Amino acid sequence: MTQQLILYPLLLQMLLAIILMFFWRKINAQRVISMLGSLVHLAVSIGVFAYIWNNGTQTVQAGNWEAPFGITFIADTFAATMVLLTSIAGLAVSIFSSGSVIGDRLRFGYFPIFHFLLLGLTGAFLTGDIFNLYVWFEIIIISSFVLITIGGEKAQLEGAVKYFTLNFLASMIFLTAIAVLYGLTGSLNMADLANKVAAVENRALVEITAILFLIGFGIKSALFPLYFWLPASYHTPPSAVSAIFGGLLTKVGVYALVRVFTLIFVDDVFLDQILLVLAIFTLFSGALGALVQNNIRKVFSYLIICHIGYMIIGLGMFTEVAIAGTIFYLVHDIVVKTNLFMISGLIYRIKGSNSMRALGGFYANYPKLSLLMFIPLFSLVGIPPLSGFWPKISLITASFESGSYWSLAAIIFASFITLVVIAKLWAEVFWKDATEIPERPKFRYYHKIRNIKKVQIIVPIVFLSLVSLYIGFGAEHIQTLSARIASELIDNQQYIDAVLNTQKSE
Amino acid sequence: MEILLAIIIGVLYAAGIYMILRRSLVKLIIGIILLGNGANLLIFLLGRITEGAPPIIPEESKVFLEAYADPVPQALILTAIVISFGLQSFAIILVKRAHKVVKTDDLDEMNATDEDS
Repeated sequence: MTQQLILYPLLLQMLLAIILMFFWRKINAQRVISMLGSLVHLAVSIGVFAYIWNNGTQTVQAGNWEAPFGITFIADTFAATMVLLTSIAGLAVSIFSSGSVIGDRLRFGYFPIFHFLLLGLTGAFLTGDIFNLYVWFEIIIISSFVLITIGGEKAQLEGAVKYFTLNFLASMIFLTAIAVLYGLTGSLNMADLANKVAAVENRALVEITAILFLIGFGIKSALFPLYFWLPASYHTPPSAVSAIFGGLLTKVGVYALVRVFTLIFVDDVFLDQILLVLAIFTLFSGALGALVQNNIRKVFSYLIICHIGYMIIGLGMFTEVAIAGTIFYLVHDIVVKTNLFMISGLIYRIKGSNSMRALGGFYANYPKLSLLMFIPLFSLVGIPPLSGFWPKISLITASFESGSYWSLAAIIFASFITLVVIAKLWAEVFWKDATEIPERPKFRYYHKIRNIKKVQIIVPIVFLSLVSLYIGFGAEHIQTLSARIASELIDNQQYIDAVLNTQKSE
Repeated sequence: MEILLAIIIGVLYAAGIYMILRRSLVKLIIGIILLGNGANLLIFLLGRITEGAPPIIPEESKVFLEAYADPVPQALILTAIVISFGLQSFAIILVKRAHKVVKTDDLDEMNATDEDS
């Protein structure tokens, strides 16, 4: 029963997606199934997480083929945490979609594809096989292509062309990297690769492969200078879609980077330097990009890029404290970014616009909602004791210890610009006097929709804000968790043993 | 054989990337297809080409007696072909829709998403 426990989140999502396909035209049934299913998924993920937390890393060999011959699924604390976060964000966005995405879009298979996307994410976190990771990535991007184009508006299709091309290119580079790696070592199992890559004599070729992985994952996680697809596309689909994309899609790239560069290509000073430089540039360019935008969702898009920099900077420093900071930031960022895009959706529902210049008077007209929105916005900035503050302490401590003052400067600069951006947003949208926005005749404004829809829009925002508050006020717990993950990642022998010696434990 | 394949792969990658960088949407699709094929051939080449030695254990023995062709790259290529087939067909439909809605196939004119709104 417990042996296959770690596969349950995976199977559940697949089952959900398949069941939902049978209700293709019945969107009300789809809404209910999706919400209930996501709730069950959250429960299962909590169960898996608790089990991994108490019993340590678990592995499943598909088809009982011993590693390194078959496909391995492995859940260490890192993977279990990511699965848990996926299910939290998934539940929130599932409820939010029911309330905010219009029926015309839902009728074209929104929910089944949404759950296929979550399936891909869960799979990518749990797999221990590099080619299998590629396959999960493909499931993720194919689902995301459909989600980004559903509706077929002009801006959406234009954004989708750019999004498609660069993500396809990323997959091809990833595939090329796998091919070279297989040619070098003759293995695809990540734990086995860790051993074999260390033994390869042709270090130049290993370095090139690592760079290929860096480029492939770098495009997906929107690293400088590979991020241009993100601000061109993330503001085009419905905000529910942006929420799940902004929360999880770039983070799966970060997850893959962390996994590959802590397990397979370790102890490489050259690569760490490259990561640091890229991260610093990502922080600068994302922050400066956010400063000049007027559309709220574009501001958030640039902030995604900016904050990817924090995670990569921790990976580049490669000390235990720094990696703990990276993990903490990842946890915080998934929750907050998902929430921010849902908030932009709520603002759009209320006023029919996302332009900062046109909006205004939120605080006067909607004081309670404004207070609610205050939590994620200022968690993002990292005002203590909200959640964004704690990981930065780890990162700043780590950059002091490793003496990389450029990173320190970049971290502080980016935090400052984020503060400026959010303060500007707060002043424009919430404090400025309300302006007259011409009413759009067919638009379904917030005050016109049914109460149940209002609840479905507000509840996920409240839920994620509470999670954010917990991360902020319960920072001690998250810090313990990220410290444990960091020690597991630094000491990768644990992971390798768990995969290659499973037969011993039975 | 290896040299020939290596040259072909290089040409496919170069041509694919060149086509992706051009402005026309149709050339973008051609570029995607070329790049996908290049990657598949690369896996094939890097899996070591072994001639006339199928990975089948002879009936009278229990282990492989001599070098055999590695079957894993073929499995990988098969998966990759199916995936890139799906992606390419999606790309064709996407480009067709985009062309219909935006009424241009010039990427330089697709800048509605960059507008300040």
